[in-house]
Amino acid sequence: MTRRSIFPAIVTWLVLFFFYVPIILLVVNSFNLNSYGTAWKGFTLKWYTQLFVSDEGRAIWRSLYITVVVGALATLGSTILGTCAAFALHRYKSTLQNIHYTLIYTPLVLPEILIGISLLIFFASIHMPLGMTSIVLAHITFCVSYVTLAVLSRLQDFDMSVLEAARDLGASNWTTTWKVLVPIILPGILAGALLAFTLSIDDFVITFLVNGPGSTTLPIQIQGMIKRGRSMPLINSISSILLAITFLALLGSKLLMKTRPKK
Amino acid sequence: MEEFLKFDGVTKQFGHLKAVDDVTLTINRGEIFSILGPSGCGKTTLLRMLAGFEAPDTGRILLAGEDITDQAPNVRKINTVFQTYALFPHMTVRENIAFGLKLRKLPKATIDQEVDKMLAMIQMEAHADKKPAQLSGGQKQRSAIARALVLKPSVLLLDEPLAALDLKLRQRMSLELSLIHDEVGITFVYVTHDQNEAMSISDHIAVMQNGKIEQVGTPAEIYEAPKSSFVAAFIGDTNFFDGTITCVLDSEYCEVEVPDLSKKLICFNDKKLVQGDSVHLSIRPEKFSISLDRPAENPRQNVLPAKVEDIVYQGDHTRYWVSIAEDWRVAVTRQHNRFLLDQRRITWGDQVFISWQADDSFMLEQYREKDEDLLQMPPQNVGEEVPGAAVTAPEPSDTSVAPADGQATGQEEASQQ
Repeated sequence: MTRRSIFPAIVTWLVLFFFYVPIILLVVNSFNLNSYGTAWKGFTLKWYTQLFVSDEGRAIWRSLYITVVVGALATLGSTILGTCAAFALHRYKSTLQNIHYTLIYTPLVLPEILIGISLLIFFASIHMPLGMTSIVLAHITFCVSYVTLAVLSRLQDFDMSVLEAARDLGASNWTTTWKVLVPIILPGILAGALLAFTLSIDDFVITFLVNGPGSTTLPIQIQGMIKRGRSMPLINSISSILLAITFLALLGSKLLMKTRPKK
Repeated sequence: MEEFLKFDGVTKQFGHLKAVDDVTLTINRGEIFSILGPSGCGKTTLLRMLAGFEAPDTGRILLAGEDITDQAPNVRKINTVFQTYALFPHMTVRENIAFGLKLRKLPKATIDQEVDKMLAMIQMEAHADKKPAQLSGGQKQRSAIARALVLKPSVLLLDEPLAALDLKLRQRMSLELSLIHDEVGITFVYVTHDQNEAMSISDHIAVMQNGKIEQVGTPAEIYEAPKSSFVAAFIGDTNFFDGTITCVLDSEYCEVEVPDLSKKLICFNDKKLVQGDSVHLSIRPEKFSISLDRPAENPRQNVLPAKVEDIVYQGDHTRYWVSIAEDWRVAVTRQHNRFLLDQRRITWGDQVFISWQADDSFMLEQYREKDEDLLQMPPQNVGEEVPGAAVTAPEPSDTSVAPADGQATGQEEASQQ
């Protein structure tokens, strides 16, 4: 009999450790009286209160609001464009489409800093003031690729004869699209949209380069606060709140999946 | 029989390839009409033009006298059963079947009633609320048929509907298809590459090759009286004899001289050929008799000495490949209508006689040498010089040479499935 190797177990525990211990520390510290988080001084909800009353707290909420608005707009834009691109790529094959595919694919492997700088130079050269608009445009630019690939992968598993079947049974092009095509590839579109939203929410490098006055997103705000070395506990508490929201959303979606009949 | 569906000089070209080349075809009301041919022969394109998914470059398609060439697929009274079934994966069987009826904005009670009737016909009541992913191949198949039939089309198109099923299921479904056809009584147009399928369910078959119709006829006509070497070799199996007519005996029979054969052949002259005409004969393996003793002389019978080269026992019959000349083997079938051991055993290397009636050969109108590739020939076996008593099963070997007719083996597996 061979003994099972303990290597996988060690790796698993190491991964879990490095993954979750920092998060746990962050949550714990958000309740720590010690504002530097070096040692436990006692339990407090002070930082959570400050989040709602102090000027810095208000700045954080404002940046969160901007982040969500930017995320929503970028998601909307990139989902529409990306879905269209995926359809075009899937349906038509030509040399031009190969170039199209390369163009879509390249942003995935391009360093973010490069995209950021090029966008910055571009916005400057067309004299576009930096702000919400430039951030949304920048986010759409890099999110489109992810949406396209998510939808494309769904389309590749899709049996096109289903569309012909719908036409054959009397459906118009419009009905075929909305009753058959969209419902079937919706999971792909939703996955792409979710990915775009996530990427937009926590993008730092590109946003940092193309943001302007009054358009500070949460990652930029947090970075600024860390740089000034103050209000670390506030960052901990807003992060904990976001974490809680994420977990609740995850739990919600799991429950939602369960109520649906399995395919 | 009433002329119902008509292709009139239909041509469709994809790039440089003429997928369908000037096809004129008539299909009667209420029959099962098969379009049979190897893959790439244009049969699917023909079907897709009928469904409306492709537009012909030239020519017209008529349904009950009405020109439907330019009608969109969603207004044609023609429905299709797709090869991949193409069921809507996000809908249950019931919703799939109801799809077309809902588009017609029928009252819900009517829809439910019609769908229930269909579910009963295909015996799928118990699975009505399942999604396609939960169904077996046969169930998907039946659902796809029901989804198309519920709309009461004038014509039902079936695109290789059984190709994705395993053998047993295929046989059962083809039987079920004929039952369904008997029940609904509408015209079925059935596309397949499987000759057995086509033979067993069709009223008429059109054999297609390279975008052209080679022959249209009943299964028996296609099998017994093939017009071309392609039809003869693609449907079932056959042997070709090429020769020249040396003598017309009377109004019915003629003598044919075949190079490499020591004797002239006598055959039925249904094409009324005259002396000096070259002729191509097709003789089916089962038309031959094989025996160890020389058959009694008969002026209307051909007898050739032969040597057994290969034997494949198939239970109800045995297929022999015997050589009748240097590098020339023919396929012969012997039915086992008696208990095997009560028949005199014929084995490898035996000197035998093959004989056939003059009426049993058939003259082809068209002959192409490459159609010989379609014939079933085993690879030249090893150990053919071993005396009859000490034989072993022949082993197909990679090093074996090309078969007797000098052509590549061309084992068309598809044609014998």
